Amino acid sequence: MSQSTLVVAEATTEAPAAEAAAGETTGQTEGTEAHGGGHGAFPPMDTKTFPSQLFWLVIFFALLYLLMSRVALPRIAKILDNRASRIEGDLAKAKALKDETEAAVQAYEKALADARGKAQSIATETRAKMTAEMDAERSAVEKSLAAKVAEAETAIAAAKAKAMKDVGDVAADTAAEIVAELTGNKVTKAAAAKAISDLKG
Amino acid sequence: MAQAIDPIHQFQIFDIAGPFHIGGYEISFTNSNLFMGIVVLVVTGILIAASSKAALVPGRLQSIGEMWYQFIENMVKQVLGHEGKKFFPLVFSLFSFVLISNMLGMFPYFFTVTSHVIVTAALAVFVVALVVVVGISKHGLGWFKLFVPHGVPMVILPFISIIEIISFLSRPISLGLRLFGNMLAGHIVLKVFAGFVVVLGSLGFGGVIGAIAPLAMAVALTALEFLVAFLQAFVFAILTCVYLNDALHPSH
Repeated sequence: MSQSTLVVAEATTEAPAAEAAAGETTGQTEGTEAHGGGHGAFPPMDTKTFPSQLFWLVIFFALLYLLMSRVALPRIAKILDNRASRIEGDLAKAKALKDETEAAVQAYEKALADARGKAQSIATETRAKMTAEMDAERSAVEKSLAAKVAEAETAIAAAKAKAMKDVGDVAADTAAEIVAELTGNKVTKAAAAKAISDLKG
Repeated sequence: MAQAIDPIHQFQIFDIAGPFHIGGYEISFTNSNLFMGIVVLVVTGILIAASSKAALVPGRLQSIGEMWYQFIENMVKQVLGHEGKKFFPLVFSLFSFVLISNMLGMFPYFFTVTSHVIVTAALAVFVVALVVVVGISKHGLGWFKLFVPHGVPMVILPFISIIEIISFLSRPISLGLRLFGNMLAGHIVLKVFAGFVVVLGSLGFGGVIGAIAPLAMAVALTALEFLVAFLQAFVFAILTCVYLNDALHPSH
């Protein structure tokens, strides 16, 4: 406590002036009735009071300094520090949450874009697959249809040939009948057929 | 009646306990000393009460305590920079002691500790002595360059130095007398005008009419004195900072 010793030192240097006057201070209490000037000096300049003023000032000011520096100011400083750190912490927390939100938004957007891309690829794939399936089915159907057409054609051709042959028979029969009717000559069926085929040729 | 009108009576010092003696000096406990103690109690009491709840969102009292703290903290920081942090409790104590002494003095029948020149002079001498001690302990003899400003022609340098030294030595006088004079004069003027009111009021109806003007004056002066009470504490604290700045940064 350098400051208190300083003031004490100062007190001792100023004290000799007061020493001579250091008589009875109590006498002033009776001076209340009359005008103050009547008893001793103007009170603030009264050197008689200096030693006690200095002595107690040193004690009380040192006490105040100790109370302030050790008790009162650290308490308030702690409150202010707490508040400052709390505000700082809250701001940091808010920033972290904001960053988190932004990351979440980005992740969401990325997921959305991914999903969109995936959906597109699935659509393309499905389309390709369905086209291929449709093509395969169509060619199979076409093939079977062609087979059926060919079968029908052969059947028609066979029927036609059979019909033609029947027509020849019928013509030979008819020719033989007609000859027999007209001429009375019996013509064999084979000869008629031979004649018809000769005609045809 | 005479007691009420005598404007000097309020500065009277009388023993409360004692007389005590140390080494031939009388150090009786007087009314002035009692109020020094009350000042310490009030300052400590307010600050302890203000910081007792330690709420995150301060109440009224806590706001006062925090404003009080930050007012001086900012002052010390602005004038002294970060080095001045260790002087903060001292400047705070000086400011609080002077402020509460002045404010308590505004109560009728209360004693104004700072209306006594020995108290303010002791505080002022202490501040300037501290400046010298801190200056020399920090900068050694180089601190005395404070009295030799840069960029002054050699011819007038001795005169400038003498003026600088005189101005430095007059600091405790101006610092102590400014506070003492303001408090003393303010209280005397206040008492004189209040005394007019009492004297005129006792003269009958005409006197009562005549007492209106000094009464208004006394009310206005009371407001002014509250301002002065704060202002002088502020001036004392900021000058303490400015002087301590010379101890820490003598080159400026």
